[in-house]
Amino acid sequence: MDNIAIQADKLTKRFDDFTAVDAITFDVRQGEIFGFVGANGAGKTTAMRILCGLSRPTSGAATVAGFDVYKEAEKIKKNIGYMSQKFSLYEDLTVMENITFYAGIYGLSDREIKERGAKLLDRLGITHEAKTYVASLPLGWRQKLSFSVAVIHQPKIVFLDEPTGGVDPVTRRQFWDLIYEAADSGITVFVTTHYMDEAEYCNRVSVMVDGRIDALDTPSNLKKQFNVDSMNKVFYQLAREAKRSGD
Amino acid sequence: MDAITLDNITKTYNKGKVLAVDKATFTVAEGEMFGLIGPDGAGKTSIFRVLTTLLLPDGGSGTVAGFDIVDQYKEIRNCIGYMPGKFSLYQDLSVEENLKFFATIFETTIEENYELIKDIYIQIEPFKTRRAGKLSGGMKQKLALCCALIHKPKVLFLDEPTTGVDAVSRVEFWEMLKRLKHQGITILVSTPYMDEAVLCDRIALIQDGKILSIDSSENTMKKYPGRMYAVHSLNMHKLLKDLRSYPDTLSCFTFGDSMHLTFREDNDGNVTRLNEYLNNIGHTNLEIKEIQAGIEDYFIKISEPAHG
Amino acid sequence: MKQFFAFIRKEFYHVFRDKKTLLMLFGVPIAQVLLFGFVLTNEIKNSKIVVCDYAKDYASQEVIRKIEASRYFNVQKASMSHDQIEAAFRTGEIKMAVIFPADFYSDLSHLNKAQIQVIADASDPNTATTLTSYLSSILNDFQTEMISTGKVPYTIKPEVRMLYNPELLGAPNFVPGVMALVLMLICAMMTSVAIVKEKEMGTMEVLLVSPLKPYLIIIAKTVPYLLISLLNLTAILLMSVYLLDLAIKGSIVLLFAESTLFIISSLALGLLISVRAESQMSAMMTSQMSLMLPTMLLTGFMFPIENMPVAMQVVSYLIPSHYYYVIVKAVMLEGLGFASIWRETLIMAFITLVLVGINIRSFKTRLA
Repeated sequence: MDNIAIQADKLTKRFDDFTAVDAITFDVRQGEIFGFVGANGAGKTTAMRILCGLSRPTSGAATVAGFDVYKEAEKIKKNIGYMSQKFSLYEDLTVMENITFYAGIYGLSDREIKERGAKLLDRLGITHEAKTYVASLPLGWRQKLSFSVAVIHQPKIVFLDEPTGGVDPVTRRQFWDLIYEAADSGITVFVTTHYMDEAEYCNRVSVMVDGRIDALDTPSNLKKQFNVDSMNKVFYQLAREAKRSGD
Repeated sequence: MDAITLDNITKTYNKGKVLAVDKATFTVAEGEMFGLIGPDGAGKTSIFRVLTTLLLPDGGSGTVAGFDIVDQYKEIRNCIGYMPGKFSLYQDLSVEENLKFFATIFETTIEENYELIKDIYIQIEPFKTRRAGKLSGGMKQKLALCCALIHKPKVLFLDEPTTGVDAVSRVEFWEMLKRLKHQGITILVSTPYMDEAVLCDRIALIQDGKILSIDSSENTMKKYPGRMYAVHSLNMHKLLKDLRSYPDTLSCFTFGDSMHLTFREDNDGNVTRLNEYLNNIGHTNLEIKEIQAGIEDYFIKISEPAHG
Repeated sequence: MKQFFAFIRKEFYHVFRDKKTLLMLFGVPIAQVLLFGFVLTNEIKNSKIVVCDYAKDYASQEVIRKIEASRYFNVQKASMSHDQIEAAFRTGEIKMAVIFPADFYSDLSHLNKAQIQVIADASDPNTATTLTSYLSSILNDFQTEMISTGKVPYTIKPEVRMLYNPELLGAPNFVPGVMALVLMLICAMMTSVAIVKEKEMGTMEVLLVSPLKPYLIIIAKTVPYLLISLLNLTAILLMSVYLLDLAIKGSIVLLFAESTLFIISSLALGLLISVRAESQMSAMMTSQMSLMLPTMLLTGFMFPIENMPVAMQVVSYLIPSHYYYVIVKAVMLEGLGFASIWRETLIMAFITLVLVGINIRSFKTRLA
């Protein structure tokens, strides 16, 4: 059990008569890069919210970093990192102020903040930009910085909600380099994306359709199973069957 | 006659401090589907706003449907359709009310141009009494397209119509565009998704306000200098590191399930030597094959200087 | 023209489909009138007053008996010193004090006139005015009775002193103030928010790119709020007549005409804000800080302008609501005609013209 980072068993979330997440069951192993793809409105965001301890499931069971999503949401929050395309850094704070703020939230000591902050800036090659306002950084840098900040407290799991939307192709790849590094250091990565080529970078991918997980395997096995040559086509075949049209 | 022309269009913000578009020059022929391909912040939206007469350029000149973008903005506004990047419909109005409203302000009726939007509209018609804010991403996109088409524009401007839309809706959307093109409408479309570029007649690659290349998607791919190889092994992340440190490697990027690799010098012994090298450092299930470079490869190639 | 009406219809859809907007447009005006007027004027029954009778003669006894008989007063008879009375006011024990001088009846019978002193707590101006007017009518009754019994006509002159708020700003004064406030709120704030919302949503781009003339967009956006404002005005006037018993003494047509002028100036202010504000939030904040607060504080319906520092007084002469307040008071409360308010009207028209002019100059056919 030690090497299971996330475990969901018939996890369900209903809003009135609408079942957003419909009895999904899956495991994510420690250090794995787990892709979570699905059409708009398939239930990805809802599922992710439950796993981050932000929303209570209606039924089913799930543990994240060994903690129960019903009873130990606060402990879950201490052990995860989160980054989304929409909200990441404060634009009116400098790079270092953002780092200090987020590291502070997770209770890092001043010395740790200084050490890890310096290391982070060095890794991204932006040491000279420490005092720059985030607003004046190029989008690609911001996304990389925001990911690095999300894992500064060395969480067990990091949740990434469409982290690379609109980013240029080179930066997207540099971003994935960071993801690989994080995974190598033992951090479990749970990522949603609209770019199907990025789904190929994941160790395993689950495809959500109408609140259910309709396929879950390694990218190469999925391609074999659907007898196609890309994840894009796998996704297309599955999502075409979707009945839901609402967000 | 060209439907759209741009001649050295420059656009800056913050009193010249931010250069958004840097001497952009291209033309779009009548009936052509032309793609502006580039990441966020490349200047795509600025070009759209200059062409749709919403912003004045700081320098250069341009025409849309033969009208000057500065002096004849009223004429241009009468004959173009525009779908901005942001979802631009009234969320609190129903599907039908939105469409009626846009038909009226363009001095037409739904019935008058129903033929043009029929294919698209029948897909959302079952939900015509639903508020636009309650539609899914793909549906919203279709409705926005209907609204932009309702007055039968000569030139259609679509700014990132497929951003944030799932793969199925994206495919459907591009099929609709193809049908519109056959009806003779000129389409200028922008997208950050490189895989959509192949669906355009011609594409301009744009980054940091500069147009890097203008050509058909086929020719753009052919412009890639040198040979490209796809490399695959069981441990992809280790492979990336190993290939990057391999002395003969010129560039190496992940592409889906493989690495796209170019050598410093193209020669026939390259593949054998690399195979041997990777085998020796413990890679298994190795696969190396020559491939045709794609648009994204070319984009990375020519935008590389920007990344040091 | 068809485009124009389609646009206005769309605007009304927005208004009627958003509960928050509806509440703003119709709930707030009603709440304000009730708050400022009705609630304040309704609780004047059994008010505690103290009567100090230093005369203790036939006339004073008779007047006191009448006061006691009134349902408005809860009379406490005592001989209090001036300081004691003041202390009783401070603790809120009493609302009014009536003092009969020692030679009340002899003055009345020999000089045919007498004085009584009335002191009211005017920190609650509505209560104070109402109580003193009740008292005056009781005294009037007494005088008429004296005449009817064939005696020589006497005059009793109540000498009224208002404590704490000598300006006597009360309910009748609040209604014109509320009218200025509500019209400003609906026209300026709601219009600027509605326009900025289109900018935020991205629909403004599509509208500008359409053949619809940009000035039509602006006019179409303002027309619904003009209509709603007039509706609100009617509602406020109806409420003040039927709920607050505040009759409209002057010409209703004149009142509506002046109001329309004020509404146009407010709409122009709202447009100015919308040109500069980038988000609904900032439009809201700007209207509140630069329009609502000055209207509340500087028009004179809450605090007398005469008592303000000169700088504030100067500012108060720049805001249209100041003149509107004066005009409404004159027409509605004093029943005056156009002849006595033409100066204010002219100034307000001038300010409106300037605002519209600035709007036309800063008017944009493009995004930036």
